[in-house]
Amino acid sequence: MKVFDPALEHALIAAIEQGLPLVARPYQAIAQQIGCSEKEVMDGLLQLRERGDIKRFGVVVRHRQLGYRANGMVVWDIPDDLVQRLGQCMGQFPFVTLSYRRPRHLPEWSYNLFTMVHGQNKQEVEQKTQLLVSQCGLASIKHEILFSSRCFKQRGACYRGKSLAVPSQVLAKPLIA
Amino acid sequence: MGSNMLEESTQNFSELEKHLLNDFQHDFPCSERPFAEIASLLDTDEDSVISAFASLQQRGVISRIGPVFQPNRIGVSTLAAMAIPENELEQLAQIVSSYAEVNHNYERVHRFNLWFVVTARDADHLQQVLQSIQEQCGYEVMSLPMQQDFFIDLGFELKWT
Repeated sequence: MKVFDPALEHALIAAIEQGLPLVARPYQAIAQQIGCSEKEVMDGLLQLRERGDIKRFGVVVRHRQLGYRANGMVVWDIPDDLVQRLGQCMGQFPFVTLSYRRPRHLPEWSYNLFTMVHGQNKQEVEQKTQLLVSQCGLASIKHEILFSSRCFKQRGACYRGKSLAVPSQVLAKPLIA
Repeated sequence: MGSNMLEESTQNFSELEKHLLNDFQHDFPCSERPFAEIASLLDTDEDSVISAFASLQQRGVISRIGPVFQPNRIGVSTLAAMAIPENELEQLAQIVSSYAEVNHNYERVHRFNLWFVVTARDADHLQQVLQSIQEQCGYEVMSLPMQQDFFIDLGFELKWT
């Protein structure tokens, strides 16, 4: 496979990170914007997908607009030698959409595993969390559920775009959980 | 588990919309006419697909049709949190959201009540943004970058029945 021009790749990522334009030939529209061919855009995106830099490419839904109104960030304080096994155990459940190890920030923050649990309401998130506790053997592991109450902003990551302190799509929707 | 979400939802979806929401979270067609390709799979026409996506986007149901990047591959990112007094939260949340480098920003019910994701092209830039947010807001920013990912993103299976 040919090596993709780094400057073009940079421009492509900047052009694509907020999503495709909704026109008949979106890749051509991106190509015109960054000054290359439609084929180069499609090849470049396929290459980023194959390389694993793009984890997935497709429709990104907003869970809460779909009725999944409660999202609980469940944080766990797990002994370091168990974190991989337990993180993998939790990551396999369909209602868990993230399972990340993160550093502790002692003394005020002792949790080192973060899982995101989605549900239609708080109670459902709590039930699903209990299911994780029983299925992965977490009864002795300290955890907390941090429910979201307001979403101020949700959009695509901005790795390459202009870094200006300009409000883009700022959301402040109240949430009933 | 999560099986009756439509009853709880404030949105009503057509059959076409349900397919568009559920079937193309991965491997969105990479061809010259992707919406036409989707239309042929769903037995409809290109214009209907484009206008249905536009409607879903306009209603805020979809954020975008685009990439989800693997963390820390083409840039760097972190999850950050601040503990902010309730009466200042709204104002400071707006300041945090105003940074282009911030893509998610949520209030959560906890002493650490503002949680946001910062992405940047490199570690220096990330540090500058965190420092700037801390100075603008006047509260310490706790940065918790991902160290290990135990999850393979399969999208989000929506249950319609």
